[in-house]
Amino acid sequence: MSRIAVLKGGRSLERQVSLRSGARVQDALERLGHDVLSIDVGVDLIRRLRAEPLDAAFVALHGRDGEDGTVQELLEILGLPYTGSGVLGCSRAVDKALAKHLMHEAGIPTPEFFAFTQTAFRELGAGEALPAIEERLRFPIVVKPSSQGSALGIKFAGTADDVPAALVAAFSYDARVVLERHVEGRDLAVSVLDGADGAEALPVVEAVPRSEDFYDFEARYEIGRTEFVCPADLPDTVAERARELALAVHSLLGLHAFSRVDLMLDADGELFVLEANPIPGLTDTSLLPQAAEAAGVDFDQLVARILELAFERAPASRA
Amino acid sequence: MSSSRKPPSRSTSRDLERYADLFAARTRVMKSSAMRDLMAVTARPEIISLAGGQPDTSTFPPSTFASITARIAEQSCARALQYGPTEGLDETKDCIVQVMAAEGMHADREDMLVTTGGQQVIDLVTKTLVDPGDVIVAEGPTYPGAVPVFHAYQADVVQIDMDSDGMRVDLLEDTLDRLEREGRRPKFIYTVPTFQNPAGVTMSLPRRRRLVEVAAQRELLVLEDNPYGLLRYEGEPLPPLYSLDGGVFVMYLGTFSKILSAGLRLGWVVAPAPVLEKINLGKQEADLCTSTLSQLMVQAYFEEFDWRDYVTSLTGIYRARRDVMLEALAESFPAQAQWTRPQGGLFVWATLPSYIDTTDLLARALRENVAFVPGSAAYLDGRGRSSMRLNFSGAGDDDVREGIRRIGEVIKEQVALYGTLTGERPAVRVEAPGADEGEESGRVVEMPRRRSGGRRAGGA
Repeated sequence: MSRIAVLKGGRSLERQVSLRSGARVQDALERLGHDVLSIDVGVDLIRRLRAEPLDAAFVALHGRDGEDGTVQELLEILGLPYTGSGVLGCSRAVDKALAKHLMHEAGIPTPEFFAFTQTAFRELGAGEALPAIEERLRFPIVVKPSSQGSALGIKFAGTADDVPAALVAAFSYDARVVLERHVEGRDLAVSVLDGADGAEALPVVEAVPRSEDFYDFEARYEIGRTEFVCPADLPDTVAERARELALAVHSLLGLHAFSRVDLMLDADGELFVLEANPIPGLTDTSLLPQAAEAAGVDFDQLVARILELAFERAPASRA
Repeated sequence: MSSSRKPPSRSTSRDLERYADLFAARTRVMKSSAMRDLMAVTARPEIISLAGGQPDTSTFPPSTFASITARIAEQSCARALQYGPTEGLDETKDCIVQVMAAEGMHADREDMLVTTGGQQVIDLVTKTLVDPGDVIVAEGPTYPGAVPVFHAYQADVVQIDMDSDGMRVDLLEDTLDRLEREGRRPKFIYTVPTFQNPAGVTMSLPRRRRLVEVAAQRELLVLEDNPYGLLRYEGEPLPPLYSLDGGVFVMYLGTFSKILSAGLRLGWVVAPAPVLEKINLGKQEADLCTSTLSQLMVQAYFEEFDWRDYVTSLTGIYRARRDVMLEALAESFPAQAQWTRPQGGLFVWATLPSYIDTTDLLARALRENVAFVPGSAAYLDGRGRSSMRLNFSGAGDDDVREGIRRIGEVIKEQVALYGTLTGERPAVRVEAPGADEGEESGRVVEMPRRRSGGRRAGGA
């Protein structure tokens, strides 16, 4: 039995999802016989982690601070083993622009894109390049904050007139935004789980909106609004290719223990990687737990495996 | 870890799929998540929240509270701990009669039913009158707390634009004509005529008269929601719809939440006898009766103290805060913003240029530790995206001023960015000189219709 701190909540916009992930992880850890200290992350985080002897931290945070390497950096300083990816992996994955550049360089298909900071528009006149960008990407264009994990701030620009407002919206969340070619098609997710024999890509999950009218990004978090098909009904070659891509991205970005890679499958059967999530949701409607279950790994086993991997990596690699 | 703790239950996603199949169809239209996720962050202590609708309960004298509870303990302990009649206690109804009389209304005990807050009235009336697909007519924007109720009963809500004189009754009539041609009869018209939540505007007397006439001519029920009527900071009171109509077609919703305590959860409904009978059945089924303890607290309070004194003191506090907010708005918001100037109630409604989405703006504002309610929460049809509701009763003067300053900064930032992106100089507010001050500015609550194909996501 170990004493495990479950880090959840915090100030991120995904606070609510994180609280649910954290609560579920906590239950699983208790069933596994561990002693759990639950922490809603705030200014007293370091104090609380230092206040008592702990064996590890389970990071069930999503979004800013929790998923971008910040909390991981603090845990490195404390020398406390922690779950999931390290500082560098988190930093790479959470920055969509950086991750897409790396994928592009490595030959992993990702929708064509451009990324800009507010400064580029304010001080370097990037606005004047917009027509050229629009010509390259073609409408509709997806405009999104570079480092926002949830659906918030993602807009579709159908025409050039929509682009400035979409940019203003995306800049509400981040200093950098990504303009990306929109891939029309099927919405797939492949979760990756490290194990004794290396990383394993779990069965592909497809998110199918129940009602076309109501489908939006939010629906992913809601029971009953989106149907998740796992394993997705795909030709074997496509499913295999999706899993290969997910493994390649997991390794390329230096992710550890687990991750979820989101992809689009277009009408021509081409796959495109949109992004990788270093700490995907662990709620009852989340995709990673569903995929794990389809692979015969139930939630408790999943949590046990993730915790084991944290201990295996310890002592902190970057002393 | 204590051994008495309930063992954590197992749940797998397969179980959840099973639950999902059991959910009623009406749960599918319940909106939420993104907005709820944002609002979850607003509850943190470091945030100045102008998002709530909370009355300030800090000035209620603890000694008064103590003497009320002591009196109940002495005189009616057993009764306070017991169930009561579904329709409410007569003693409480006598207090309600007094409150209604203070606004020029006459009602008898038999005409009313005491409820668990005003919110329950909206629920019970909708439950009593609305089948899935039935039409409810409401103001646009409407009370955000009514939206989930209307969703839950699968109502088709038609929202009527407002201006500085409240609901545009001419547009209402056009809409009623159109609905009639379509063979659809609205089950009721929901309105907050006085210091509307969220718009802050008040329906003018001619419109009140006309609305009551229209209801009578067409034999349509109106639900008049009046939580704020007694919180007037300037101007002459206007007669409630209920007093103009005499309770024939107007159902009246009142509450103690804003004049005494929201924590008591005590409201009431006055309705025509046949409707009240059905509401009574609905109430029985929902919760048997309203808290007897709460009802006796109101009675004790009304008998031992002058409830009007407390309302007067609240009015003084809120008037000052409203003025602080209006001053801060004039100082801090850019020229492109417009807002209402409420004569009472708890809210100001501000509208920004159409290229600013206030849900995204809220995310930005939260980084500056300040929160408001995005306008889309007050619409069922996707409008309101560039508006926001600002509450001035729940935060202190300094927080109101500072909160508005911070929101103003992030708006200015976005206005400037948009200007840079479009290569345009930010437009200056176009306004006839002298058309503004001292009046509730009209166009502010008229929202543009959402363009089709707006933000629907095809994937990604």
